Amino acid sequence: MITAGIDVGAKFVKVVILKDGKVLERAKALVGFDVLKSASDLFESTIKKTGLSRNDIKRIAATGMGRETVHGKPPVNAEEVISEVMADAKGAFHLIPNVKTVIDVGAEEGRGIKVGPNGTVRDFVINERCAAGAGTFVEAMARALEIKVEDMGSLALKSTQIIPMNAQCCVFAESEVVTLIHSKVSKEDISRAIHDAIASRIGSMVLRVGVEKDVVLIGGVALNPGFLPPLKRELNSDIIVPEYPEYVSALGAAVIASEHKE
Amino acid sequence: MLAHYGYKDGSGDYFIIIDTDKCNGCGDCVKACPYNVLEIILNEYDIEGGDMAVVKEEQRKKIKYSCAPCKPISGERKLPCVLACKPKAINHSW
Amino acid sequence: MKMSETKPQEYWRWPEYRHTVPGKDWHNAKIITAGVDVGSVGSKAVVALDGELYSYSVMRTGGVSEATAVKVMNWALEETGLKLDNLQYVVGTGYGRVNVPFAKRTITEIACHARGAHYIYGPTVRTVLDIGGQDCKAIRCDEKGKVLSFLMNDKCAAGTGRGLEVFADLIGVPIQDLGKVSLSVQEEPPPVSNTCVIFAKAESLALLRQGWPKEKVAAAYHAAMADRIVDLLTRVGVEKDLVTTGGVAKNAGIIERVERLLGIKPLKPNIDPILAGALGAALFAKALYEKEVGLR
Repeated sequence: MITAGIDVGAKFVKVVILKDGKVLERAKALVGFDVLKSASDLFESTIKKTGLSRNDIKRIAATGMGRETVHGKPPVNAEEVISEVMADAKGAFHLIPNVKTVIDVGAEEGRGIKVGPNGTVRDFVINERCAAGAGTFVEAMARALEIKVEDMGSLALKSTQIIPMNAQCCVFAESEVVTLIHSKVSKEDISRAIHDAIASRIGSMVLRVGVEKDVVLIGGVALNPGFLPPLKRELNSDIIVPEYPEYVSALGAAVIASEHKE
Repeated sequence: MLAHYGYKDGSGDYFIIIDTDKCNGCGDCVKACPYNVLEIILNEYDIEGGDMAVVKEEQRKKIKYSCAPCKPISGERKLPCVLACKPKAINHSW
Repeated sequence: MKMSETKPQEYWRWPEYRHTVPGKDWHNAKIITAGVDVGSVGSKAVVALDGELYSYSVMRTGGVSEATAVKVMNWALEETGLKLDNLQYVVGTGYGRVNVPFAKRTITEIACHARGAHYIYGPTVRTVLDIGGQDCKAIRCDEKGKVLSFLMNDKCAAGTGRGLEVFADLIGVPIQDLGKVSLSVQEEPPPVSNTCVIFAKAESLALLRQGWPKEKVAAAYHAAMADRIVDLLTRVGVEKDLVTTGGVAKNAGIIERVERLLGIKPLKPNIDPILAGALGAALFAKALYEKEVGLR
């Protein structure tokens, strides 16, 4: 049976095609001004690569901030919409059956999920509507430092000292970074402070659902190598980052679609 | 005087409210708090006032995160600072 | 401030200024005091003669706040003939544990704002809303100006001067005109759904791309900020008379919307409301000087 999951996030749209429990194809693209077009274009180019047509896919589930955009709308025509926390839990469970805690940090939201039996959601906490609590924070600081966001993590790992960051708001932090640069603090140390700050925020939220092994980190920010070390310290726990962490939510949606009973 | 320490941001309202008229500066809340959020200082708003409890300056802008471990999503929520305060001077808005 | 042709226009940069109140002569004054309020965005200095406003200056806070304190004080003294030595008592106030090197004492900005608001608006003041460059304060006081309840929010940029600076830059309207522009709409649009400045900025950009005119986007943004400010005010409770201080008090777009939401009209000031902190400090300086020399 072939199903698909589409995660229409704040920054990226992700598509996963699942055949009998195995990923057939995965792809992502930036969400442009026209969300429906971005999602549709990505979907069409992805199924083209597999040689499938929409009819070959039994069921599609959509998740993410923009999930309603593709709900029942061609060419995606998603039959169902799923909350992010459900998709996260199921996707992590599919890859790591012993998962108990999922941490998903995306562009605009950070989530902590306590996973129940069979990849269901027992508890969750969401850090939302504040840029300082998600990937946007790292992106904005990268702009202030005038470096590429992809390089932020490796820069942080080269840091030699801890610099405290006082600002808890993205806008104020940008000014603080500028001040730090003028005070001749190295970009490596500033980047580390930025990662420590966001790891502290995300970590505190996850403590509200409790940290139980196995702890799995997913979402776009999981790709950032500078984020994992401080997060491990905050939670005092090992953390598993699966391959292609930013696709786990879309994967979860595809799995849920495959479990659908008529 | 009701002192509101904390903030409101896009994700919600987070205020620790201390009634300085009720607070006697005993410090029980400071001892009870597992995360070093509170401290005792001299009342700087009322020249006749004595010691009073405040949220530490470095904690003020992140109490949502500092207090998070005392506020689990499920299970019992027992706020140690509120329970420790005999004059009932301290409260959380969330 | 001259702007060269090659420099891109900085919409967020509000004008700096100084002023001497005409018709006063400091040679006739018994007690000359000053207050310096070093904010995170703007610094203000006030010179008072026998507890009355004499001269003042407002400038942007530089990287080193001590240096800015000296600069803004000297600017307030300029053109008056007064020197720093003529000041019998100086009180410093402002953001955090601010250091005004020539001040004899520091008093919290909460107390200074309540005191300054009483001077500017009179003894009927019961609620002070102070919106500065980086913070938002709500203060409830009694008829004597004593603080009954207060709340300060300096964690989040939404509703602060910085949040408006970001927006001014986005839509390319000078910040001093922003409020007026937001009020020029025919029909009030719904507020932007995000109060977070970063997300509200992205939302506003999308609205501009959809073809919304600048005034409409400005109105939507101001509406969201006003909503948030009213939420904070309601926490300490609003009692008449309500007054506003701080730089953002000059933004009619915010103040009028706050008025509409509360159903209360704030009093109109005759003195620049950004001076409330420094003014309150200068008045505290007079009281402290009188105590010192035994006049009280």
